[in-house]
Amino acid sequence: MLTILILFVVLMILGAIVALESKDLLSGIISLGIIGFALTIVFLVLQAPDLAIVQIVIETLTLIILIAAVLKTTREDTTEEFSARKAFLWFAGLIFIGIFLLAAVKTFQHVPKFGHPTLRMAQLYIDQGLPLTGASNLVAAIILDLRGYDTLGEATVLFTSVIGVITVLRKMGRKRT
Amino acid sequence: MRGMTLIVKCITQLMAPSIFLLGIYVVLHGHLTPGGGFAGGVLMAGCFVLIVLAYGSEEARSEVRKWRASLSESIGIFIFWLLAMLGVIQGSYFFYNVIAKVNPGQPYTLFSAGIIPLCNIAIGIEVAASLFAIFITLAVLKVGEKL
Repeated sequence: MLTILILFVVLMILGAIVALESKDLLSGIISLGIIGFALTIVFLVLQAPDLAIVQIVIETLTLIILIAAVLKTTREDTTEEFSARKAFLWFAGLIFIGIFLLAAVKTFQHVPKFGHPTLRMAQLYIDQGLPLTGASNLVAAIILDLRGYDTLGEATVLFTSVIGVITVLRKMGRKRT
Repeated sequence: MRGMTLIVKCITQLMAPSIFLLGIYVVLHGHLTPGGGFAGGVLMAGCFVLIVLAYGSEEARSEVRKWRASLSESIGIFIFWLLAMLGVIQGSYFFYNVIAKVNPGQPYTLFSAGIIPLCNIAIGIEVAASLFAIFITLAVLKVGEKL
């Protein structure tokens, strides 16, 4: 199982690099899709059908929306890069990677083995989820009853993001320039 | 964005109701099988997006209204908040599963788990409307156009 996971994570990293580096925005978006669909298979391998369903549906719809937006506007990547700024970005990126690797090595020495969580709460959810809530899908029991505040927060985030998109693209209240 | 050919339109007419029905099924059975409000809502939004893509934005501009999507989105999240407030109204704490405590129902059947299926329905409405609102704002409307 671990080999498959590593294979798909490498594929996702490659897709992310191609999406960043390609000059054509359409091919960038399509290589962005590689990340999402590989993540779907990773969720299936890890036996999380709830997440896999949400991920594959969201990824398809996001790709469609992004492709429609790109076809409506422009396909060219119009970002301008100055040499001084580029050098600074490389420098900052290398420093960040160094710090990240150091912190990761320190952290992973203390993380429990894969599949053996130390949280006692998780075992309580698995044992008492059905009697406490009556929902046979344990994920629904957790996200809507035992951890309902989180879901209210997520729904609020989605609501706020839609308000943001509509506000940026509206006509009313915009100053004439 | 122009509409597509007659073949695509016919297939869309056949497929769109089934996709919408699948979305409703996933939302309603969210507390029994994998899925739930988010997945089902995105499926329903995908059905609308499919219709707009197949028939083109000119056709959609005469039928689609953005304020309807915004209104359903707000109604969805308001219902979700009201369901959470039910516990406070009844005299307990926020997000208390009032209905399950009074009438738990039979586990593994459709009418069980109290407010969880109702919350799933509210989230489904909210997610479907908000994703469709984002789609028509980004892909159908011209910049600054009011609809």
